[in-house]
Amino acid sequence: MSAREKVIFEYSREGRGARDQWPHETPAAALADLPPRLRRTRLPSLPEVGELEAVRHFTRLSQLNFSIDTHFYPLGSCTMKYNPKACNQYAMLPEFLLRHPLAPESHGQGVLGCLYELQEMLKAVSGMEGVALSPMAGAHGEFAGVAMIRAYHRARGDLKRNEIIVPEAAHGTNPATATMCGCVVREIPVASSGDVDIEALKGAVGPHTAGIMLTNPSTLGVFERRILEVARIIHDAGGLLYYDGANLNAILGMVRPGEMGFDVIHMNLHKTFSTPHGGGGPGAGAVGVGTRLLPFLPVPLVGKEAERYRWLTEADLPQSIGRLSAFMGNVGVLLRAYIYMRMLGREGMRQVGEYATLNANYLLKRLQDAGFDAAYPQRRASHEFIVTLKRQARDMNVTAMDFAKRLLDYGFHAPTTYFPLLVPECLLIEPTETETKDTLDAFVAAMLQIEKEAEDDPGRVTSAPHTMPVRRLDDVRAARQLDLTWKPTAQP
Amino acid sequence: MSKVPPDLRYTKSHEWIRTLTDGTVEIGITDHAQHELGDLVFVEVPEAGRTVKADEPCAVVESVKAASDVYAPIAGEITAGNPKLAAEPEVVNADPYGEGWLMRLKPAAGALAAAGLLSPAEYQQVLDAEGG
Amino acid sequence: MAFIPHTEADVAAMLAAIGVARIEDLFDEVPAELRVKSLSGVPEALNEMEIGRLMSARARSDGIALNFLGAGAYEHHIPAAVWAITTRGEFYSAYTPYQAEASQGTLQLIYEFQSMMTRLTGMEVANASMYDGASATAEAALMAVRANRKSKSARILMPLTLHPHYRRVAVTTAANQGLKFEELPYGAEEGITLPDALARYEHEDITALLVPQPNFFGRLEDVDALTDWAHARGTLVIAVVNPTALALLKPPGEWGARGADIAVGEGQPLGVPLSSGGPYFGFMTTRMEYVRQMPGRIVGRTLDAAGKEGFALTLQAREQHIRRARATSNICTNQGLLVTAATIYLSLLGPQGLARTAAAAHARTRELIAALTRVPGVRATFTGPCFHEAVLHLDRPVAPVLGALAARGILGGLDLAGFYPELGNALLVCATETKTGADIDRYRSALTDALQSVRAA
Repeated sequence: MSAREKVIFEYSREGRGARDQWPHETPAAALADLPPRLRRTRLPSLPEVGELEAVRHFTRLSQLNFSIDTHFYPLGSCTMKYNPKACNQYAMLPEFLLRHPLAPESHGQGVLGCLYELQEMLKAVSGMEGVALSPMAGAHGEFAGVAMIRAYHRARGDLKRNEIIVPEAAHGTNPATATMCGCVVREIPVASSGDVDIEALKGAVGPHTAGIMLTNPSTLGVFERRILEVARIIHDAGGLLYYDGANLNAILGMVRPGEMGFDVIHMNLHKTFSTPHGGGGPGAGAVGVGTRLLPFLPVPLVGKEAERYRWLTEADLPQSIGRLSAFMGNVGVLLRAYIYMRMLGREGMRQVGEYATLNANYLLKRLQDAGFDAAYPQRRASHEFIVTLKRQARDMNVTAMDFAKRLLDYGFHAPTTYFPLLVPECLLIEPTETETKDTLDAFVAAMLQIEKEAEDDPGRVTSAPHTMPVRRLDDVRAARQLDLTWKPTAQP
Repeated sequence: MSKVPPDLRYTKSHEWIRTLTDGTVEIGITDHAQHELGDLVFVEVPEAGRTVKADEPCAVVESVKAASDVYAPIAGEITAGNPKLAAEPEVVNADPYGEGWLMRLKPAAGALAAAGLLSPAEYQQVLDAEGG
Repeated sequence: MAFIPHTEADVAAMLAAIGVARIEDLFDEVPAELRVKSLSGVPEALNEMEIGRLMSARARSDGIALNFLGAGAYEHHIPAAVWAITTRGEFYSAYTPYQAEASQGTLQLIYEFQSMMTRLTGMEVANASMYDGASATAEAALMAVRANRKSKSARILMPLTLHPHYRRVAVTTAANQGLKFEELPYGAEEGITLPDALARYEHEDITALLVPQPNFFGRLEDVDALTDWAHARGTLVIAVVNPTALALLKPPGEWGARGADIAVGEGQPLGVPLSSGGPYFGFMTTRMEYVRQMPGRIVGRTLDAAGKEGFALTLQAREQHIRRARATSNICTNQGLLVTAATIYLSLLGPQGLARTAAAAHARTRELIAALTRVPGVRATFTGPCFHEAVLHLDRPVAPVLGALAARGILGGLDLAGFYPELGNALLVCATETKTGADIDRYRSALTDALQSVRAA
């Protein structure tokens, strides 16, 4: 596949169109009431193509992608597990698709029942007292969580608490969220064991501490062993604990964040609960809270009275932090998560945690036996682990990025690279529970092969990939010579 | 090994200062800084006439992997931002101590003397501690 | 079932390789007191056949009613090809395109989307989407504060004719960062923002003005006058627009003498089903001079190592994974799958199809208003042109009337009593190209009966 797929505007021919999709023409008289000064003078220059042309173009584009359906995708922190087709099929039943967000509750007891039961199941797996489903992504859930922490302190008259403690290995959304909530970020170091530095934490807490944002297992792929102590320190100082649920897959059914001392959590339904990643969303970042934060949950949520479901709004939660979405959040995504959780059931939740951890530890051991260096060799892997290629970078001048690009040629999407920033030349690897042992073995074989290439023919690795639709892309040029929208005569 | 010219002063945050003959100072980022950032894709410099305090962020240097604030080493009034960098940010990589200057500033009274600027040897120690 | 493929032999071999006896042992770093004993709040597993039956029964119980609701979510015909292609595994189960060489399909599609949105809005650059129209509006306000260097106040003028939920989301999102939203009243007869509402801000430092078009009532605002007023005062203009309407109405890039500065809106009308409110997507467009202040992902076209054209995420240094606490926003995941659907939808409809859709929606709404205002006790609330949505005044409370209609399978519109009590018995109705003359007649007839029965009660 060496010839590139043209940009759709290049197929456009004046007068072409998928006419069968157009409504019948409206007589001009019906538009006479629109004032000319508010009307367009020319139609927008959207592409004019026939239906088959469009179908072919977008089908061919899809074939240029790696995806879970086609490739092993061990992206650490992303949980690229199988997206069951049943979730899509039943979330897209016509009655669900055609229902307007403002339709009366009498015409929505079915969907509301699914959402209510989803809230209850998420409470059960997280160990929380209340759940709201409207945040539309993990980062959105983080925003809600930190906003609730602020609201809680304000409601108690404690206006000085505006510091959020964040470990230096945290995902970038954590400090970004703290800033969006008008808080100040205080970073604390991580010890060489991979756990948070407890002494540093004790030094960082005080009367300005609003709370701490933690992931457990952490972004380093290891369990925060002293979590109960961390919780005590924060609570004693008057702060609250926020749980970033990105790594929930590691402990699903095995440990509950509420029991670790967390006061508020967000869960990435598009990670742990297998809703589709869609090329960058839509996600859903449901939030769960303990009793202290119940009054502040974002609206709307689903309530149940007698056997009827209804939306709870600001009238029901006057101290709510407010509304995050024009309507109810990503309902279609929530339905997919509901279906997935019903198919897992009680036993399935445990199996997810168990087998995600089994696959990660097996892959870690095989890579170590093959000579690769784990960042935390003394620790168990959670559902993911870090391999550092700093030795290879030093001895062979081949970086983690080069390995990542060469893996593409072997038919594997690369693991997460260069996150967390703490570990040099790192690969953060998360196989998930839905992969076979055979796939994991093949991945190890590919890594060994690439390392051999790095010794014998390093150019092959540093100039990878070779078999993708494009070679390595010039992102410096992309940022210096901005070409962000197609123009008819533009040449790159 | 990054270059540390002997006739300049430095800060811990990898800025350099050169005193010009008319009493104003010229400020930029060091060779170490430009190397860490990688190829610069965008530089934002302050406008002439703006008053800045010491340690106030007043410029931004952006590469594909990072966007960093540049801090005013001393208080004063900006007399010029380098006009070349809007179209050619890569000049900072190629010639960080010369053509790649970021801004010029008229120091506030006493600011230059009071500022704890580092000598070339002291800055080299900072680099050695960082392993650069 | 957890979609786990392991056989007993696999597990045994893996445990042996790791050097532990049981999977349990892999959790030995977790304090024993934290281990869950049972998940009693989660029911037993269902297999696929069972969950299929359950979901079908629930869907059936919800049914499908004849829908005349708008208010920010619009029912349009969605060609079958849109979701047939969007749900292809290569789009559906792909990740964010961080490894560009393995994601050229998604990246090129987003570039095409960006290009289409700039043409539709008349602006210069677009991002790859926000969560929805409301959050895009909130982010636009935050962006305006960053971009408007001359203004220090962070005061944002917000017409009451902007969707009430959008206003609430803007405050929820941005109040913690020091933005102050000030409401602008509307003319009681006209249903739009009038010049005298702006008079008190003549000499004030205002960072941005939000301008909806059409507004929540379906009415058309005087966008040129509002835009020029703002620009004369160094205030940025944020347009909040309906994308279908932009096939017929003057786009924000052409408002006033200089055009709007930022244009956002809800992309749901472009091939995304109503689905009880989501997932939708927000679009955001702006001028090139503000591109570095714009949150969200952006795709750029560039060359690869062999000189061949390709696509990659660019300007990432603004984003959370690099800038962290100084990022333009915390947004990470956005609404990629819906952008895929919208791009295919726009390609299938093209300029003519979209213009016809907009025209048909406008015509059906005019027919609906004409039919319903012939019913005794019903009149139009506002004078002046509107687009595919309008407010009607009833001589009886709206809620019981809607209840009677719903009992006959008709969703008649939105009762505005909660949002705009000053309008009295006000009903917001909408008709799109999906409604026929027979549908409108059915509504008229049912409304006549409903009003009579409410009078009699």
